[in-house]
Amino acid sequence: MTSVELIGMVSIIMAGATVGIGAPVTAIGEGWAVSRGMAALAQQPDAAPAITRALFIGVAMVESSAIYCFVVSMVLIFANPFWNHVVDLAGGR
Amino acid sequence: MHITPDSIIYWEAGPIRISATLAFTWLVMAILVLGSWLVTRRLTTETTLSRGQNLLEIIVDGIQDQIRQVTQQDPGRFLPFIGTLFLFIAVSNILTIVPGFQPPTGSLSTTAALALCVFVAVQVRGIADRGLVGYLKTYFQPSPFMLPFNILGELTRTLALAIRLFGNIMSGTMVGAILIAIAPLFFPILMDVMGLLIGLIQAYIFSILSLVFIASAARAHQELEHAEASNAKEEPND
Repeated sequence: MTSVELIGMVSIIMAGATVGIGAPVTAIGEGWAVSRGMAALAQQPDAAPAITRALFIGVAMVESSAIYCFVVSMVLIFANPFWNHVVDLAGGR
Repeated sequence: MHITPDSIIYWEAGPIRISATLAFTWLVMAILVLGSWLVTRRLTTETTLSRGQNLLEIIVDGIQDQIRQVTQQDPGRFLPFIGTLFLFIAVSNILTIVPGFQPPTGSLSTTAALALCVFVAVQVRGIADRGLVGYLKTYFQPSPFMLPFNILGELTRTLALAIRLFGNIMSGTMVGAILIAIAPLFFPILMDVMGLLIGLIQAYIFSILSLVFIASAARAHQELEHAEASNAKEEPND
């Protein structure tokens, strides 16, 4: 197997694995946060604005780790530096 | 397929390069400035308002209200910076549904610039409120041991601020583009509607987080003063 094939294969597998592992773990954590937020809302409807704001901020911060995974996998697929390097080498020959 | 609007270049001469990011940033700025100029030309204090004045009053009042609730301080000194951040990000995220519009917030350059502005604002606010020595002391706060972690925390939260906004908006446009290739009929519209919600929430998150960072650079000092003042009040009674 040449290095080009190897780099392509590993990049695609890792791009899938990054989202495949990162997103479910984040989703579990986010589900926990939302369920506790809903419980708090049901217990204290008067504090709804404060709870909702804290919930939104917390969920968005948790969500960002899934987004980092997505960014990494997008970089691996569309802007892979190793792939570009190999392609440049092949073009230079 | 373009991963960022940076790679779409309209005009280039030597080191000067006009990319889609730059063009659409100026477009958003022009919309904001012209819109508020048109509205604020004819302000009234009568009971009948123009629609535009009503809209702007609601926006400014809402931002002031949020700042007051989050920081428990006078919103006046945070309003210009935080309000500008929110309006710019919100308008550029909402305009994503206009076909052909490349959101400037979907480029890492724009979001990194915004996050750097927040980073500088945190330092400036901290130094202005506590003095240079007092501000530098906060880095040694629990113990001098924590200095590297405090510096790292300062840098990583700026990085996280930039990448969060970039990732969310970029993922919205990417998912839209991929769905158009797979299921062009109906699903891209649903994802665009979802993108509207995500765009507004991200604008809110970005401005609230920068507000919290900036306020926390100033807050501990004020709490200290309050504590000292209340101690001074209580002492004569004791």
